[in-house]
Amino acid sequence: MTTTDTRPAGRSGARVGPRSAARPGRRGPLAWARGGGPHTLLFLLPMLLVFAVFSWLPIGRAILMSFQQTNLVTDPAFVGLENFQTVLADPLLWTAVKNTLYFALLALLFGYPVPLVAALLMSEVRRLRGLFSALAYLPVVVPPVVAVLLWKIFYDAGPEGVFNTLLGHVGLGPYAWLQDADIAMPALVLEATWAAAGGTIIIYLAALTGVDPSLYEAAEIDGAGIWHKIWHITLPQLRGVLLITFILQIIGTAQVFLEPFLFTDGGPANATVTVLLLIYRYAFTSSLGGDYGAATALSLMLALVLAVFSVLYFRLTRSWSSS
Amino acid sequence: MTGPRSADRGVIAPTDWKRPSVRWSARAVHGALLAALIAVGLGPMLWLAKAAVTPTQDTLRKPLALWPSGLDLANLVEAWTRVEIDKYFFNTVALAAGAWAVQLLVATTGGYALAVLRPRYGKALSGIVLATLFVPSVVLLVPLYLTVLDPPLLGTSMLNTFWAVWLPAGANAFNVLLMQRFFANLPKEVFEAARVDGAGPYRLFWSIVLPMSRPIIGVVSVFAVIASWKDFLWPMLVLPDPNLQPLSVRLPALQRFVELDVFLAALAISTIIPVALFLAFQRMFLSGAGLGGAIKG
Repeated sequence: MTTTDTRPAGRSGARVGPRSAARPGRRGPLAWARGGGPHTLLFLLPMLLVFAVFSWLPIGRAILMSFQQTNLVTDPAFVGLENFQTVLADPLLWTAVKNTLYFALLALLFGYPVPLVAALLMSEVRRLRGLFSALAYLPVVVPPVVAVLLWKIFYDAGPEGVFNTLLGHVGLGPYAWLQDADIAMPALVLEATWAAAGGTIIIYLAALTGVDPSLYEAAEIDGAGIWHKIWHITLPQLRGVLLITFILQIIGTAQVFLEPFLFTDGGPANATVTVLLLIYRYAFTSSLGGDYGAATALSLMLALVLAVFSVLYFRLTRSWSSS
Repeated sequence: MTGPRSADRGVIAPTDWKRPSVRWSARAVHGALLAALIAVGLGPMLWLAKAAVTPTQDTLRKPLALWPSGLDLANLVEAWTRVEIDKYFFNTVALAAGAWAVQLLVATTGGYALAVLRPRYGKALSGIVLATLFVPSVVLLVPLYLTVLDPPLLGTSMLNTFWAVWLPAGANAFNVLLMQRFFANLPKEVFEAARVDGAGPYRLFWSIVLPMSRPIIGVVSVFAVIASWKDFLWPMLVLPDPNLQPLSVRLPALQRFVELDVFLAALAISTIIPVALFLAFQRMFLSGAGLGGAIKG
């Protein structure tokens, strides 16, 4: 019992170590600040200001705005669910949803297995492993705009285009990559995969070093071969990371903007209009004219779908990830 | 953390490595992998480096020729001066520097208050800070834009000022989380000793916590600069004045009226700084400090 302690009771007193207990008369600045003194507030001030103005308020405003008719000229007026109805009635929305799903699906097909296989192979490299990972990561540090503009040149439709020349050596093409409604989307996904795969490889490599080698040793005593070890030890050990990279990739691809915006601007024939591109057009393109309400309504719907999907995903995979 | 043992071996058993058949097939696979990585990872960069000093006609006619018919170093000079890449380059630097400063200020002071000073309301506060991690950035796009147009208390629009990029960059809960975790793991005895020696909260922050936290400050700094260099949509929205735009925003517009070889030189110039940062701080990137740490935690 702290009978000699005259300080106000509470957590501030409880956390003081034995050293200060020997000097009960002194009330250290830390202890005082823990009570919520002005020093603490001063340290918190930058974070509070920046988060309040540029994070918490806009989040609240997004919800409010989705039920309002907002333009910069007149005062916002509440219109109920009209924004949501407008968006849902837009025939382009369903094209955008379909295209976004298609992008996500292709990105999974291209981009999910490649980093895993590459990381598995790279983790066995003895010498120059740093070189391997540096090469794999290099595309990630290239500014995305530069990458897209560079690939746009590679995708030149003429027979002298870089990719068409390469494929010409094996008798394929020439392809009108970005002008052909059928291959425009796969072309976008290919570039996006190139730009992002390195980051995922690094994550997998880090996770692979965490696999307990004694598991492999135990399996070898039982006579397990290499495929057996990968299937029964490596992949199950990575499942936590694999589950998370999967959902992160879904969340990321659902918000794809840069590639469709810079490569094709949604074309040809709306084949690459994505949900985010549509949000951008609602809000910032003059032809549709500053419909901020519709834009926030659609972005909230997207966020809601992603949230529901994530919750369901973690529910469904919980038994698998924790077992 | 990876122990020394875990790096000793992978899927292939040490006894298997002694078998020539395993060694040779592993070498073949690794050789093929290295070739593929060079082609895919380095290839486009080498192509860009070559095309930046090659006349347009060479790049158009024979894009894959190893040697250009003539070296055209004037491309780089012309991009830098006539196309005014220098201006956009320094805009990019200024935007990155300011975003870095704001992010570091917010994350270190906020993380220090939450992890070391620990006020009573600290738990609740870090809760609402971290909750913003779960809000996709797309939700913020339009309301944040309107906030910048008409910020509270300021009375004047931040459009076409660098503050419109700098300040929102500070609202990064991930940075706060990283700092808070690192500060919370610093040895408590040092704080106690400093306190006994009479150090107040400011002294403790400046002379003890910050110098002890160089590793995490380095990680946050490098990722802040790279992220700012990569940013496109937000600076495009809030900096409609071309004189203020960074490279990423200006490049797509330049493509329309600049000759191909000069344009490629501009692309190459835009890539140099991030690639140089990567090469200088390779270990930081490749240890997965920013990404892997978040995912494993």
